[in-house]
Amino acid sequence: MSIATAPILRKRPGDDWPGHRLFVEAPLRLDCGVDFGPFTIAYQTYGTLNAERSNAVLVCHALTGDQYAADPHPITGHPGWWTTLIGPGGVLDTDRYFLICANVLGGCMGTTGPKEIDPATGEPWALGFPVITIRDMVRAQKLLIDHLGIASLFCVIGGSMGAMQVLEWVASYPDTVFAAVPIAGAARHSAQNIAFHEVGRQAIMADPDWCGGRYLSLGRNPARGLAVARMAAHITYLSEPALHRKFGRNLQDRNAVTWGFDADFQVESYLRHQGSAFVDRFDANSYLYITRAMDYFDLAAEHDGSLPAAFAASKARFCIISFTSDWLFPTPESRELVHALNAVAANVSFVEIETDKGHDAFLLHEPELFATLRGFLAGCAEHRGLTRNGG
Amino acid sequence: MSRSATLGLAIDTASTAAEIAPPATLRSDLRLIADMIEPHSRVLDIGCGDGALLAYLAREKSVDARGIELSQSGVNACVSHGLSVIQGDADRDLGAYPGAAFEYVVLSQTLQATREPRQVLEALVRIGKRAIVSFPNFGFWRIRLSLLLRGRMPVSGLLNHRWYDTPNIHLCTIRDFVALCDAVGIRIERSFTLDRHGRPYSLDPRGNLANLLAEQGMFVLSREGV
Repeated sequence: MSIATAPILRKRPGDDWPGHRLFVEAPLRLDCGVDFGPFTIAYQTYGTLNAERSNAVLVCHALTGDQYAADPHPITGHPGWWTTLIGPGGVLDTDRYFLICANVLGGCMGTTGPKEIDPATGEPWALGFPVITIRDMVRAQKLLIDHLGIASLFCVIGGSMGAMQVLEWVASYPDTVFAAVPIAGAARHSAQNIAFHEVGRQAIMADPDWCGGRYLSLGRNPARGLAVARMAAHITYLSEPALHRKFGRNLQDRNAVTWGFDADFQVESYLRHQGSAFVDRFDANSYLYITRAMDYFDLAAEHDGSLPAAFAASKARFCIISFTSDWLFPTPESRELVHALNAVAANVSFVEIETDKGHDAFLLHEPELFATLRGFLAGCAEHRGLTRNGG
Repeated sequence: MSRSATLGLAIDTASTAAEIAPPATLRSDLRLIADMIEPHSRVLDIGCGDGALLAYLAREKSVDARGIELSQSGVNACVSHGLSVIQGDADRDLGAYPGAAFEYVVLSQTLQATREPRQVLEALVRIGKRAIVSFPNFGFWRIRLSLLLRGRMPVSGLLNHRWYDTPNIHLCTIRDFVALCDAVGIRIERSFTLDRHGRPYSLDPRGNLANLLAEQGMFVLSREGV
């Protein structure tokens, strides 16, 4: 498979975004049977790869995340989504590790997705884009890791959909992963989670501006549908106690209800803001494709129905982390992973962290999470013979 | 089921890595267990508390050390110190392991807090080639005397909970334990009778004297016919 660094063919929005691009020429065989390519992988790196190439950490982003894990988002200007962890002296210490974070296949921040141009038609792919899976995302990441000359990743880490990618990495490339940290994840997407995703997709597709997915060619944007999808999803990332703590039944800039359908309550105003801010940085069709990839994820099904079989070949050290108030990826899902790993006597740690912040806790300030990760990674680094400053 | 909680001994689960179990301070019963374990073997410590034994085994004997611990604070302390520990308990989390996955499975001062001690014992000798089990002896003379004279549920150094708040729901005597092993086909390879501090007595565990004088029993078990 020949891979070359991208010659930029034509100026498009995003071409001036910071970071690296890898242009993959030879087609990639996807789970849906399509040979897809050429395509581009947009990625960021932090820290320095050591001479032994043994200190690389692959950071896998969640559904609406991107490669800007630790630097400002080029559209919103907001800090990276994992600045809580990444930095010099941080849990993911950039003085010690070489971090790689790539926008997933199907994404909308530079890696080829449905908003990019289909060379066959000269139009955006839209629904002509092939349906992708978590395993396809991981296959694309493997091409990037190969391109960077890294035979073995010190660690693969991610939360939520990122955790799915971590598990898929271990299952697909067992010799390539030294340590695996799936946070707030599961070995398969539950019926409830598929249901919530379907609500989001239907909201997008019900927006007249969606136009059967061809909105970009027609100069339109299904912003209202995408915003509703985001609002519904955002509720699932929080918890009832956290919503109550933040908002209660407090009214928004008013002393009494208005007997109408304006955003009387703070929680409504907050959700509307979440929705409208999201549409500025995310593509509606990408949202359809990536949620579908999560829905299709079922690691046991990829291994004849046996979850332990998915991990049988791995020698990785695992650290499974869940949060008490996460009802989207609740602790029993993580415990199922632990039992599957126990069944193959894998080296596994499992920590459930007490918090009321819900699924989103993995993105937030959680000292117990930081202490757990710091200790786990330090232990792994010792076994790997890594010292500080990339040694 | 946290070991430190059960025993009420001076093990601080918030201790830092540097403070975890320097060899000199490893509790004497844990030291006895550690001395039985060969270097480089694979060990599962169930109810591992703050990970003192695991840390000692990993450091001093290059053991592939794993743990299971019920208490959140214990698990987090262990994993924060680089130990491989899962949150769980002996009743729920042993079934998934394959047979003979470990050279040694350790259940120290925890059996009496399990819901199904018999099933747990059978699981231990299934997943470990050997199991090391220790527990407080309810036949200890002070306990017998306390119940006889005071007529109240005994509260002793090793069993320092009151009847209504104790995690110890399946207490037994050394003789009870030996009888259960015999009944379910578990071989007793070695046995020790210990005082409260884990120092061994030279008493035959199958004898009357041990059941009366020992404050705790420690047994090395394996499955019969293996």
